[in-house]
Amino acid sequence: MILSNIETVPGKTIVQFYGIVTGSTVRAKHIGRDIMASLKNLVGGELKGYTELLGEAREDALERMRQQAESLGANAVVNVRFSTSSIAQGAAELFAYGTAVKVE
Amino acid sequence: MENFSLIFALLLLLFAFSTGEMIERRHYKDIRSREQRWKRFPAITLKRIPSAWEVEDSEMVYGNVVISVDHFKRFLAGLRGIFGGRIKSYESLMDRARREALLRLKKDAMDKGFDAIVNVRLETTRMANARRNGEGTAGLEVLAYGTGLKLRNKPA
Repeated sequence: MILSNIETVPGKTIVQFYGIVTGSTVRAKHIGRDIMASLKNLVGGELKGYTELLGEAREDALERMRQQAESLGANAVVNVRFSTSSIAQGAAELFAYGTAVKVE
Repeated sequence: MENFSLIFALLLLLFAFSTGEMIERRHYKDIRSREQRWKRFPAITLKRIPSAWEVEDSEMVYGNVVISVDHFKRFLAGLRGIFGGRIKSYESLMDRARREALLRLKKDAMDKGFDAIVNVRLETTRMANARRNGEGTAGLEVLAYGTGLKLRNKPA
């Protein structure tokens, strides 16, 4: 499964379109990370726990999108975009969407 | 007793100020040195691939970071909210987060063996606080993404 966030897969031609595929995940951080982050909030700097959390969330969302594309018979997703939003109570949503295509 | 809590609050601010300042300075130094080292690596926001590039392989690449300001700067920003004007401490926070995310994007592309990135996009979100009903900022998240390209002819 090839992903790209431009309109084509470079060096290949699109032979069929399957429509929009999406993947989304809402994740909450666990309490250990939360305590560490609130300590880190005092002095500032990177909140590594949250960075990891969002990295995992991104992988999850992409994986779901890939599975959806695969079930349609596609071998690539083009013009992938991300949208992130924070929901209250320390949860984060990550949403990925794109167009499933077959390339040759 | 009241005096004690006031002194404690002041000490906390002082501690946050000195440590936060140090962390920020160190981070900026790190950012600048990596930017210098990787400045030849092409990362562009255009969707069109320059016609001189012969693409061999492509895949998406990512970089993300969550970063927060220190307690002292948050306090200052709160004061700014009364008088209005530029909040420099938050400007530097946004700046650090975006530059860091872009550097990680480049790192991801280099690790995966790509020679360039096209259509770089940045996405920014505020992470809600778990306490205080989601008020205030727990951290600022920046996600940078783009399409990494492996080229047959490396750009000069």
